[in-house]
Amino acid sequence: MTIDGRQVTFTDEPNVLSVIRKANIDIPTLCYMKDLPIYGACRLCTVEDGRGRTFSSCSETPRDGMEIYTSTPKLMRYRKMILELLLASHCRDCTTCDKSGSCRLQELCNRLGVNRVRFENTKEQYELDTSSPSIIRDPNKCVLCGNCVRVCENIQGVNAIDFAYRGTDAMVTPAFNKKLAETDCVNCGQCRVVCPTGAITIHSNIDDVWDALADKDTKVICQVAPAVRVGLGDAFGLPTGSNVFGQMVTALHQLGFDQVYDTTYGADLTVIEEAKEAVERLNKNENLPIFTSCCPAWVKFCQTRYPDLAGHLSTCRSPQQMFGAVLKEYFKDETKNEGKKVVSVTIMPCTAKKDEIRRPTSWTNGEQDIDYALTTTEVAAMIRRAGIKFETLEESKADDPFELGSGGGVIFGVTGGVTEAVLRWIGGGTDGTISTCGVRGEEGMKEFTYKHGDLTLRGAVVSGLANAARLMDRIRAGEVDYQIVEVMACPRGCVMGGGQPVMGVDTAPQTDRINGLYNTDISYEIKASQDNPAVQALYEGLLKGREHELLHCPKVEK
Amino acid sequence: MLDETYYQKTDAIIARHSCEPRSLIPIIQDIQAEYRYLPPELLSYVAGKLGISESKAFSVASFYENFSFEAKGKYVIKICDGTACHVRKSAPIMERLYKELGLSKKKHTTDDQLFTLETVSCLGACGLAPAMMVNEQVHPKMTPDSAAELVEKLRKEESV
Repeated sequence: MTIDGRQVTFTDEPNVLSVIRKANIDIPTLCYMKDLPIYGACRLCTVEDGRGRTFSSCSETPRDGMEIYTSTPKLMRYRKMILELLLASHCRDCTTCDKSGSCRLQELCNRLGVNRVRFENTKEQYELDTSSPSIIRDPNKCVLCGNCVRVCENIQGVNAIDFAYRGTDAMVTPAFNKKLAETDCVNCGQCRVVCPTGAITIHSNIDDVWDALADKDTKVICQVAPAVRVGLGDAFGLPTGSNVFGQMVTALHQLGFDQVYDTTYGADLTVIEEAKEAVERLNKNENLPIFTSCCPAWVKFCQTRYPDLAGHLSTCRSPQQMFGAVLKEYFKDETKNEGKKVVSVTIMPCTAKKDEIRRPTSWTNGEQDIDYALTTTEVAAMIRRAGIKFETLEESKADDPFELGSGGGVIFGVTGGVTEAVLRWIGGGTDGTISTCGVRGEEGMKEFTYKHGDLTLRGAVVSGLANAARLMDRIRAGEVDYQIVEVMACPRGCVMGGGQPVMGVDTAPQTDRINGLYNTDISYEIKASQDNPAVQALYEGLLKGREHELLHCPKVEK
Repeated sequence: MLDETYYQKTDAIIARHSCEPRSLIPIIQDIQAEYRYLPPELLSYVAGKLGISESKAFSVASFYENFSFEAKGKYVIKICDGTACHVRKSAPIMERLYKELGLSKKKHTTDDQLFTLETVSCLGACGLAPAMMVNEQVHPKMTPDSAAELVEKLRKEESV
């Protein structure tokens, strides 16, 4: 076909829009997302053919001999008008908006030359929904592109929000205008990832953490999750997927964190505990398959949608919570806390972790183990606010005695990583067959078979909760026979978590981030969690006889 | 939570249709016909039975003007505000009835559950403009005074 007079070849592109983008023309869109069903709401991708007919390129199948024009004066006028009409009922407080700078609507208005709005905003103003600990909804900034609705329904199978009412009253909301916290929302934050405006943003805890950092009588400790190191660099224009752990530790110390630890260490604890539990259940041949329990969005999803299967969840706390409980205990020692109050912060790629820290299972002996969970995006904002030039920072190591993690712990941030790490425990190390047994790959539903001695393990690795729902239905129906099931709510795992920086549309850095973690694993000398000497020392010391108290979910009275 | 009988009734209504997502609208129409409104609890209940999410069911039900989540009064007054009725001055009738009944754009039903006041876009009785309906009966060529009289008459009948 020809695009703007240029001959362009196409192969299996699903729509004209993809062909146009392949030809390096960045056609504007608000509602088009590669992994979501076509919706055709925003009309910004409208193009013209040789006869002057206009149509939206996202919903048109490419055909041989097509003649497409992408930026005729007529189209420019249309697009400008569409944006101006969107702005007519849109909040215009750009300067104070959380999304300013990374807002798709703002970017397009700039690019397409919308420099004034002729219409007064007469729309009724809605209240902000701040009920969820993870995300904030501001319906006044919604452009009704429906990305959040589709990701929630089609990718996550949750459907906590949907369109309601119609015409000028139309809005995205939970059923009966309930607060998000009253719905089945699992806090995954994928809606915030696809939202082109500031209508859905992260529920920030930055101010709480600044306060703690400023208090001289408080010791602020933090732990950083594996996936954060390959996401944070995006916010500072570094090559996607680069591991910036060293610079991040330096930056966090500069911000005033007293101790910086690596959640990879916590992941190692999880591997050991979960593998032990799996082997125990395998030996007794009861309560199989075992479901992983490190993803809080998945845990909530399983408990609310499949309560009959929730007993299959491992009793293990997540790496964040295991490590949180250990740190709380560690800093009870007066030589460690120096007589100060200790505030425990985590830095996560995930918005659901903000909910997880508040759950009853995240309390030990009447105390909440972790005080604040920040996302990668919030930490990037803190670094910027402090004026730290991130890209120029020297690298430094995490602090003793929890600075060391294994390769198995670090790949927790990728779908299949938890299973691979557990197999490294069962197999006594990396035996060469684990990485090729089916656990790796970006697909949302994978199956693996792992043989070790007499043992043959079959399992499934799932990411995206809609995939998880399909698997649960099959397990319920007795159609599959697995011993291990790993589920991550976010497609491709934590590297693409709801708290990670979002860089434009269609240029999702998923593969780079995944490779970033696998390369980190390669660079680590210690591959299996059980070989981590710092972990072994903990089992001999602080943890002795207390594994269940600190590392597993306490029984909670309903 | 509604009384158990509501759910039994709803089960009976669902049984008259097929228990699948496409039956949502006919089912909630029948529920509304039964109770003169659509109790939110029953919409959620039906959604669960049909295997659709609560937000999807709400999306459908809130799209149509016809479905009401609030209990309606014994007399549902529909004032036509279509083009013909509007130019023949339906707005003053509306204003007068708001005043008579103590209602507003936000409050549609009187506290004694006797009257509900709604506007509709066209009753298809343009020759009788301005028209209004009380339950199933059409009242033609209304004025603010005649509308107020009608309401007063209905009130008297009730208090007897």
